[in-house]
Amino acid sequence: MKNLALTVNGRKVTAAVEPRLHLGDFLRERELLTATHLGCEHGVCGACTVLLDGKPVRSCITLAVTCEGHAVTTLEGLENDPTMAELRDAFSAEHALQCGFCSPGMLVSARDLVLRKPDIDDRALRIEMSGNLCRCTGYLGIVRAVRRVLGARKKRQG
Amino acid sequence: MKPVAFDYERPATLDAALKLLAREDIVVKAVAGSQSLGPMLNLRLVQPDLLVDITAISELTAIREEKGALVVGACVTHGQLEDGGYPDPTRGVLAKVAAGIAYRAVRNRGTIGGSLAHADPAADWVSALVALGAEIVVANPTGRRAVAAEQFVTGVFETKLEPGEIVAEIRVPALSPEARWGYVKNCRKAGEFSHATGAVLVDPARKFARAVIGAVSGAPIAVDDVAVAAEDPGEAWVAGRLADTPLGGDAYQVRIHHVALKRAIREASPP
Repeated sequence: MKNLALTVNGRKVTAAVEPRLHLGDFLRERELLTATHLGCEHGVCGACTVLLDGKPVRSCITLAVTCEGHAVTTLEGLENDPTMAELRDAFSAEHALQCGFCSPGMLVSARDLVLRKPDIDDRALRIEMSGNLCRCTGYLGIVRAVRRVLGARKKRQG
Repeated sequence: MKPVAFDYERPATLDAALKLLAREDIVVKAVAGSQSLGPMLNLRLVQPDLLVDITAISELTAIREEKGALVVGACVTHGQLEDGGYPDPTRGVLAKVAAGIAYRAVRNRGTIGGSLAHADPAADWVSALVALGAEIVVANPTGRRAVAAEQFVTGVFETKLEPGEIVAEIRVPALSPEARWGYVKNCRKAGEFSHATGAVLVDPARKFARAVIGAVSGAPIAVDDVAVAAEDPGEAWVAGRLADTPLGGDAYQVRIHHVALKRAIREASPP
């Protein structure tokens, strides 16, 4: 076991963990933060995407022990985030989810994209979001939802 | 938890890491971003006794310009290379290659050194660094040695790394203003591993012209020939180069590798 101290959604957390425990299992099973979903568990599907020091990462192929001293943010920690609020509304309006399994990772990736690339075109948007798989929507609603938030932000900034 | 139980150390110095990696009584693996090793651990394709995390070693995380080359530490992430903000004598080539690797969430963790050491033949750096004429600097307990990128990967998941050695840094030669670069990979889904890679660098200022056929289920094929780098050598020529690889004689594989190379040559052609 290794001692681990990190910040989870702004809260200081300490734990003794097995080195083989990945961040996704740590968040779900120890911190009971079950918004983070585990799909493929080898870095392909994107359902487990969380923020590590503000940047999206795959929690299923990030060992918890390597997060010592770092800050992890899950979807729960973004509840009051203004960009996430816009994305939630847009995902609902554009039918960007059906079963909801991919949505936590999809939202975390979409938020990063909206903040990082405000001028992105539709083709590049699809490529940027290609690291998150959705088996329900056919992606059209997701692309429209992200586009809706990008458009609204642009309008506000004039 | 899917991997086997293993121990974990995060040394702060290269010497301490190399000491741990030198142990012969147990299976020791170096790890940086764990974007290649992570899946292998979860699938139990790798079953180590000890992981040595090398990301706390500051000399492996730096990017610097030195004597006409960009020197990239092994633990620099694809995301860092994608975002720029460093002196870049490669004229944006590294940033462009990095931006096409997997997905942003993977690029934020995955490292250039880790990708090379893992040596998946379909990985971007495995082909791109050969086309760029880069050098891989390897660290071991007695010092450092440089390996030309075209010598480094020797097969599927096989490299010139000896037991106990790790990639320390990658030296990428500067591109002159006249240099022309082409890089194309064939992926059926954005971000997946390449099915066929073509890479071309023509830099008259340092008399360099190299065409690379990558993702060939083995070491990438590098051809130093100004004529090939300048004009599509044709499908039969590509078939000849692939003859000794596991893809040899497969018409589909020959076709997609030819198309990738042809497009890379076109990209590198003067407008």
